[in-house]
Amino acid sequence: MPELPLRLEARAEPSRWMPYLSPLLAVMLMLLAGVLVFWALGKDPAEGFRLFFLNPVKDAYGVSELLLKATPLMLCATGLAIGFRANVWNIGAEGQFILGAVGATGVALYFQGSESRLLLPAMVVGGALAGAAWASIPAFLKTRFNANEILVSLMLVYVAQLLVSWLVFGPWKDPDGFNFPQTRMFDDAALLPILVDGTRLNQSLLIALAVLIAGYVFMYRSYTGFKMRVAGEAADAARYAGFSANRMVWIGLLCGGGAAGLAGMAEVAGPMGQLTDKVSLGYGFAAIIVAFVGRLNPLGILFASLLMALLFLGGEQVQQYMNLPSSISMVFQGMLLFFLLGADVFINYRLVIGRRGA
Amino acid sequence: MDGNLITAMLFATVVAGTPLIITALGLLVNEKAGVLNLGSEGMMAMGAVVAFAVTHHSGNPWLGAGAGMLAGAAVSLLFGFLTLTLQANQVASGLALAIFGVGLSAFIGKPYESIALKAVPPVRIPFISDIPVIGEAFYNQQAMVYLSWVLFWGVLWFLYRSRAGLVLRSIGESPASAHSIGFPVIAIRYLAVLFGGAMAGLGGAFVSVFYTPMWVEGLVAGRGWIALALVVFATWRPLRVMVGAYLFGGVMILQLFVQGSGLQIDFPAQFLSSLPYWATIIVLVVISRNLSSIRLNSPASLGKPYRPDA
Repeated sequence: MPELPLRLEARAEPSRWMPYLSPLLAVMLMLLAGVLVFWALGKDPAEGFRLFFLNPVKDAYGVSELLLKATPLMLCATGLAIGFRANVWNIGAEGQFILGAVGATGVALYFQGSESRLLLPAMVVGGALAGAAWASIPAFLKTRFNANEILVSLMLVYVAQLLVSWLVFGPWKDPDGFNFPQTRMFDDAALLPILVDGTRLNQSLLIALAVLIAGYVFMYRSYTGFKMRVAGEAADAARYAGFSANRMVWIGLLCGGGAAGLAGMAEVAGPMGQLTDKVSLGYGFAAIIVAFVGRLNPLGILFASLLMALLFLGGEQVQQYMNLPSSISMVFQGMLLFFLLGADVFINYRLVIGRRGA
Repeated sequence: MDGNLITAMLFATVVAGTPLIITALGLLVNEKAGVLNLGSEGMMAMGAVVAFAVTHHSGNPWLGAGAGMLAGAAVSLLFGFLTLTLQANQVASGLALAIFGVGLSAFIGKPYESIALKAVPPVRIPFISDIPVIGEAFYNQQAMVYLSWVLFWGVLWFLYRSRAGLVLRSIGESPASAHSIGFPVIAIRYLAVLFGGAMAGLGGAFVSVFYTPMWVEGLVAGRGWIALALVVFATWRPLRVMVGAYLFGGVMILQLFVQGSGLQIDFPAQFLSSLPYWATIIVLVVISRNLSSIRLNSPASLGKPYRPDA
């Protein structure tokens, strides 16, 4: 291969600033790529850029929708980050999200007609427990049989989608719903109170912020959190110190599943108000990107979830005004992660101009 | 059970197993070189949608299949650049490719939803297709099915009988030693990644052009992930990949026959549809519990980045 006049040279020490700069670099590259995508599709790039990245947040209502979309991402990503830090790869947050929605819906339907103030807390618990229970399957199979948690948690996403489809086409179908695959609408007592009048933003944002803070305390202020960070950064050191790897698998997956379950609960008890077979728009997968772009750090996750929420809303905008499929959001999300992983090379390497030895 | 039903079940099993064989054999070569590409779902999806579009416009399914291979190889190059040139984490990069490929395929495929392609007629092999029961099931199949068998023999020969295959395996076991005796580790890993991508693209093309023949978002339905599990199940051996793929094919078509058989079994359809995913989990458990067998058979450098001059 002919040698380019550019090469990567290993840094003596990993850069201190690049871990924080590379997400910004990735976002800028994504914006640039976004303009190119619109241009390649034969659309006006400036108009596409404006519709996709600016229009969703042009007014207060838009910002409230952004916060609403960011909530499930924040929740799922915080839970995932706890596991990812210890190299526990829970890829099935999407399934755990769906199970959380199913668990909360089960509580709401069972106590149909109840006006108790305890109904919502019961749904929160039901959602979190259902999500955690779903995540306990890969945790058990990993710790007991060494089965790869990536593949097991991912297979359970497909199973969860089929489970929710069975429920809304079968036993839980709204008898007055004209055969649509959905449950009946929840009672008012089973809906999360609206935070700001005139918007759809509800109290789940407060739950998500509380989980972010709890996640921060756990990761940086608790002994268990410290042990999990050590295990992720220096597996051998953790082994010599006698930290139990199995315990970390359990904690990582249960936190991820519980938080994703909460997010699923917030979706059915929030903007949806019922369970349908399209309960998740891919929040569980998008949250993987949020966790990485947020550097597995709760503050970073806060910003990254807002950015990813913008990508979801931007997709809806260009679908409405430019007649492009809303799946363009997933293209941008995937690109963002690619750019981040690429930009991360500069943590350990620097770009040098000139041939070797020159 | 009469012979016709057995023939029909075997026939459907072979068809359902074929995309898994093609994709998993590609991943096997990929992993034998020490590179773990978790993006196969995205590569299959890209292969499926591009093959569908090209077949729709050209009317030629083989042109479509070729385009699907190219599409799979093209997106695998993104993964290769990240992990081989930029030394990015293979797990994260593979996940990125899976998310990106599935998203991009949904985007490209939107205008093609609700279009049906003409079914590609099977190719009857003279004489042996007249064997009772199995003749119709195995030898009156899509040409792609026969191609998957050729591919199997090709991979077997390449890995265990050719010098190039020996070099590839040595890189998977110990890239540092391979480098020190002068083999271009990164270049060969690039080729392995491209081969894995092309095969996943072909597997996807089989699903959208030869199997269903249609396109919907999510058509690949986890087959890329199942193919990854299949390679573990096979403990990185081609023959077991083949057998495992047909076992999974059998599980996948089970629901069709329970529904079509008129048996009065009161199972929800969704339960039967979830069987392949449960089967994948069970298979992983059964194989992985034997830790020493996994350690003995998996390529030693699998998933670990390697940079020659670092």
